[in-house]
Amino acid sequence: MNKILEKKQLSADVFRMKIEAPLIAEERKAGQFLILQVDKELGERIPLTIANADAQEGFIEIIFQAVGATTRQLSRKEAGESVEAVLGPLGQPTVIEKKDGPVVCVGGGIGVAPMHPIVEAHHKIGNRVITIMGARNKDLLIMEDEMKALSDELIICTDDGSYGRKDLVTVPLKELCESDTPPAEVIAIGPPIMMKFCAETTRPYKVHTMVSLNTIMVDGTGMCGGCRVSIGGETKFVCVDGPEFDGHLVDFDNMMMRLKSYKNQEAHRCNLDIEAEKLEAERK
Amino acid sequence: MSNYKAPEILEKEASELWDTLKETELTPKSRRDIPQQDMPSQDPDIRRGNMEEVAVGYTAEQVFVESARCLQCKNAPCINGCPVSIDIPRFIKEAGDGKFGPAIDVIKESSMLPAICGRVCPQEKQCMEQCTLGKILKDPEKSVAIGRIERFLADWESENRPETAPELPPSNGKKVAIVGSGPSGLTAAADLRKAGFEVTIFEAFHKPGGVTVYGIPEFRLPKAIVEREVEGLMRMGVTFENNFLVGRTRKLKDLMEKDGYNAVYIASGAGLPKFMHIEGENLVGVFSANEFLTRSNLMKAYDSNAATPIYQAKRVAVFGGGNVAMDAARTAVRMGAEEVHIIYRRTEKEMPARVEEVHHAKEEGVIFNLLTSPVRILGDEDGRVRAIECLKYELGEPDESGRRKPVPIEGSEFTIDVETCIPAIGNTSNPLIKQTTPGLEFTRWGTIEVDENQKTSLDHVFAGGDISQGAATVILAMGDGRKAAAAIIEDLK
Ligand SMILES: Cc1cc2nc3c(=O)[nH]c(=O)nc-3n(C[C@H](O)[C@H](O)[C@H](O)COP(=O)(O)OP(=O)(O)OC[C@H]3O[C@@H](n4cnc5c(N)ncnc54)[C@H](O)[C@@H]3O)c2cc1C
Ligand SMILES: Cc1cc2nc3c(=O)[nH]c(=O)nc-3n(C[C@H](O)[C@H](O)[C@H](O)COP(=O)(O)OP(=O)(O)OC[C@H]3O[C@@H](n4cnc5c(N)ncnc54)[C@H](O)[C@@H]3O)c2cc1C
Ligand code: SF4
Ligand code: FES
Repeated sequence: MNKILEKKQLSADVFRMKIEAPLIAEERKAGQFLILQVDKELGERIPLTIANADAQEGFIEIIFQAVGATTRQLSRKEAGESVEAVLGPLGQPTVIEKKDGPVVCVGGGIGVAPMHPIVEAHHKIGNRVITIMGARNKDLLIMEDEMKALSDELIICTDDGSYGRKDLVTVPLKELCESDTPPAEVIAIGPPIMMKFCAETTRPYKVHTMVSLNTIMVDGTGMCGGCRVSIGGETKFVCVDGPEFDGHLVDFDNMMMRLKSYKNQEAHRCNLDIEAEKLEAERK
Repeated sequence: MSNYKAPEILEKEASELWDTLKETELTPKSRRDIPQQDMPSQDPDIRRGNMEEVAVGYTAEQVFVESARCLQCKNAPCINGCPVSIDIPRFIKEAGDGKFGPAIDVIKESSMLPAICGRVCPQEKQCMEQCTLGKILKDPEKSVAIGRIERFLADWESENRPETAPELPPSNGKKVAIVGSGPSGLTAAADLRKAGFEVTIFEAFHKPGGVTVYGIPEFRLPKAIVEREVEGLMRMGVTFENNFLVGRTRKLKDLMEKDGYNAVYIASGAGLPKFMHIEGENLVGVFSANEFLTRSNLMKAYDSNAATPIYQAKRVAVFGGGNVAMDAARTAVRMGAEEVHIIYRRTEKEMPARVEEVHHAKEEGVIFNLLTSPVRILGDEDGRVRAIECLKYELGEPDESGRRKPVPIEGSEFTIDVETCIPAIGNTSNPLIKQTTPGLEFTRWGTIEVDENQKTSLDHVFAGGDISQGAATVILAMGDGRKAAAAIIEDLK
């Protein structure tokens, strides 16, 4: 049992929670995630990124969007209550190295949350960080202040122009690739379709681009293979080999198909998907 | 295949037979003429639709009749067939005399988990393979049904003996960490605790038990049985740290250096599913048996109130011929599939599954496609499985091992329409501990290298069960746990 220490609502369906988990707080590194279970007997195990942690205080933070049964159930929990289980930190940490050029971090929608510890880590070792944040509209933007504090430059895009630039995140990304100081590395986290187009954007410029994949998972320890994706023609398990992979090698189409495996059964449409389909439609 | 007999009929037959047998002086000749007692089981038509245990267990009269078949051989070859050397004729003698308490005590001298082993051991390849009676009758399946008697005794004990914590010596102040709560870890924990150690079991999942809770289905091994064993260990003072992944939540080295564990036993199992690397394996509707079984068992997807979904399919193909394949196929039947295929490259004789499971699968209507192998999986425009293409095989010349190797028949391709495919072709070991534990030596198959005392290349670190043997069996995993516990006791003296 892990106690919820604090809960905040960031937007209509996005929540931020501080959860007691001293060991995970101590061990976690940027890029890692956890598996959370709200209810032990009949509950589902869902993967969520560790958005922040404090080893001294012994807590971790998660930021999640209520898209389906379990994330909604979690969103109804209040500070003082507990969740049944938190397992982590899982996955390979992000490789954080000193770079000659800027590191561009692209976060779309809820993807800004997993981006936070990565931006923080790059900032800490002295890399020049340019953060691009995208959301459908102003109300859906999260963590602006935190990202601003950690980034050398912050570019905000909204689909409807209600805040920042009225652009898809790929537009400023392309500009940066074409600039005099092109990115030494790009990291993109967000809906699969966004990551796919970020990878397509940087491919002609041969800019190394990492993406963090959010496949369906069960155990999160490499036991089931449900999270598998095709990377450069090879099957990899996101939970143990990832979650970050070279975006230029990911078979996004297969991954997106697999994300829809339980679509009929889950009976409700995923907000991420709606957002993704909209993005796709706008591109066409 | 319909020689199904209802439990009531078996019970009646056994008690009538016992009425005559108990009055007669039995000779070796007459003993061998006693028919083997069938395992009473749920009606196949009914059990297809429920998750309850298929085999319901012998009645006392069946135990008497079956025990009367035992010849009480002086040399007891059956004991040699048992990986933990249970004194089989002695417990059968006690059971036949109705002394069930003493009988189960004999088993417990050597085996910690008889209720589990009685249900899942491949007896026809172990004790029953060596049994004199089976040799006489020229069929190991006709040997004394040792496992069924074992199961009866274990169940008798849990119903008739109050749960008591054994007398424990005072703590010796030394701590042992066990990685993994499968049969191997549980067994080592019991022995170490009894020897006075403070024992903590670290388990990645939210429930202890290893494969016995996430893999082997309820209808073959009720989870309550595993829970009882775990509760017994808790009463003995063993600590369970669930949701703890050694290597990530804490490195093995830190457990020893920072957290003060004096020794570690790694029993992390063989939890990495193999895929066949054929075309279409990442289509929607292809699941490793581990995933399919974990969703249905551990995550209880068969319960409509469970949050974890399971993919719905009318037609399912399972690749493989072991216990894992049978479990996946029979689970698919229970999840509502109308047509379930086993696709296996060799013949039924080579199937590694327990004979009883193959028999049960057939009774439940599973279709066996033998000498057949999938070549690719075909999908529709949404990337969902629609069919598999298979190739027919025939048995060729015997190879070095004397096994006739299946060879493909050219041009024999055919398709089977299915919506789900479940590769169940085996597991290898999870690389996590390897990646996070420098200095620990592994074999080239990814299993941990151990000596005859289960000792690894690192000081005070031992390993056993599937992580050192490769996917093996419950009883072998348990045997390793025993050996490792003895070695740790010696090591920390
Ligand atoms: C490594 C990793 C890190 C993640 N980090 C975060 C995070 O920090 N914050 C966050 O809000 N979400 C994150 N996710 C996604 C999150 O796990 C899913 O949103 C969650 O599992 C949905 O569960 P549910 O029961 O609420 O919805 P469900 O009822 O299971 O599903 C609702 C809809 O979501 C779709 N869906 C299911 N699983 C996923 C998934 N993994 N990704 C996208 N769609 C899915 C379903 O097809 C369905 O249409 C992460 C996923 C991974 C793999
Ligand atoms: C579907 C299926 C059916 C089977 N049927 C039979 C049968 O009928 N008869 C038979 O004899 N055998 C059968 N087996 C094989 C048998 O179950 C195994 O040989 C046995 O369970 C191995 O025991 P173990 O203790 O070594 O490991 P496991 O039972 O695999 O347990 C290992 C445990 O360690 C945990 N773990 C792994 N890594 C870590 C880590 N880093 N930190 C913390 N915890 C970790 C895992 O979550 C797991 O719970 C079957 C196997 C399967 C999959
Ligand atoms: S070999 Fe068979 S008949 Fe002989 S003692 Fe063992 S179980 Fe009895
Ligand atoms: S979630 Fe099961 S292997 Fe990755």
